[in-house]
Amino acid sequence: MYAVMELADRRKDEEKQRLEALFRSFITRVAQNRDRQAFAQLFDHFAPRLKSFMMRKNTSAELAEDLVQEAMIAVWTKAAMYEPSKGSVTTWVFTIARNLRIDRIRRDVHMPTTELGDYDEPSDAPEGEELLGRKQEDGLVARALQSIPEEQRQILVLSFVEEIPQSEIATRLSIPLGTVKSRMRLAYGHLRRILETGL
Amino acid sequence: MKPNHHLDDSTLLAYAAGTLDEAFSVVAASHVAVCPACRGAVRAAEALGGELLDSVGGASVSDDCRSRTFAALEQAGLYRLPVAAPRPAFPRALAQFLPVASLDDLAWKKKAPGVAVFDVKLPASARGQLKLLRIGAGRAMPEHGHGGEEITMVLMGAYVDHMGRFAAGDVADLDEDIEHRPVVEQDGDCICLVATERPTRFKSLAARIMQPFVGI
Ligand SMILES: [Zn+2]
Repeated sequence: MYAVMELADRRKDEEKQRLEALFRSFITRVAQNRDRQAFAQLFDHFAPRLKSFMMRKNTSAELAEDLVQEAMIAVWTKAAMYEPSKGSVTTWVFTIARNLRIDRIRRDVHMPTTELGDYDEPSDAPEGEELLGRKQEDGLVARALQSIPEEQRQILVLSFVEEIPQSEIATRLSIPLGTVKSRMRLAYGHLRRILETGL
Repeated sequence: MKPNHHLDDSTLLAYAAGTLDEAFSVVAASHVAVCPACRGAVRAAEALGGELLDSVGGASVSDDCRSRTFAALEQAGLYRLPVAAPRPAFPRALAQFLPVASLDDLAWKKKAPGVAVFDVKLPASARGQLKLLRIGAGRAMPEHGHGGEEITMVLMGAYVDHMGRFAAGDVADLDEDIEHRPVVEQDGDCICLVATERPTRFKSLAARIMQPFVGI
């Protein structure tokens, strides 16, 4: 049973790596040749995910599609800025969507968020940062997410997918804020351990 | 600059998820910009966001949305990196809210001997308060527990408290119940950027009397 699961996991990892390599090649084609076919492939993969991602946050289907459109156009215009060493294409798309949604909700507030490769300070990137893209591609981040306790995973979903602030998560789950934070710390510690040891 | 005191992991995750209150995210972004360790940590946290985006499953996208997107590509210009402006004396995340070139040019409000405050004006809808605090060399801040969440980043000078020495780039990302009594080092003023949820409560009577003046 265990061996079967391991095999399934490895298949999943391989599939992930294959997809990620494909996305990277599409991004390159968009960046270098304004390749609409490559863009169409990216659209067909990411647009439905982005829509469902946007709709998880009390957003109407209509607004969600507006945001999908904006996010995908940003993928088109910013393709040349994508840096594979700093994260997967999926992560990059996530940061674009996150920033768009923040801008849209608080039109008058320019929140200081960051996109991959966006930092204005000299990039004395530590090895850890450069290696992350690889590790994510190798399925380590996905593995971390699969292996954390449900109560920590729930907090991550509420934060990253539903974008609910920690204090509100505490209210919603009827637990102290300190518990929300400690679950976040545990979840992050778990991720870090897996990224560092590769296990 | 290699900071020694960092953001709490829960703050890093909230920052990466985009759920941190605006005042706090200005401080977080200011620290992340100068801290390779926290920058790497934000990347890792964003990767969690990427995996979660991957796992939410898809919702069907209308043909209309698809065709509108493709039609818009014609007009969509290429994104160009903004021309790098000379680096300001303070973090860019903060610079957008400060209409001055140097922290010395701010209209500091004297609150007590050796203590001056500048309220950073955030947009009306922003959550949390953001202040700059300028404490004179050798001065102690009143002892206080935190009435709520608080993150402090040192922009200039240094102070020492029971947690150690905090110099430019360092952040104190404290739990509510920790009390501290920072003392500024002798060789110059210390300027800190402080994000709070609501007014900080001071502990001692003298401090409580001072609170309306210090207003922190
Ligand atoms: Zn740091």
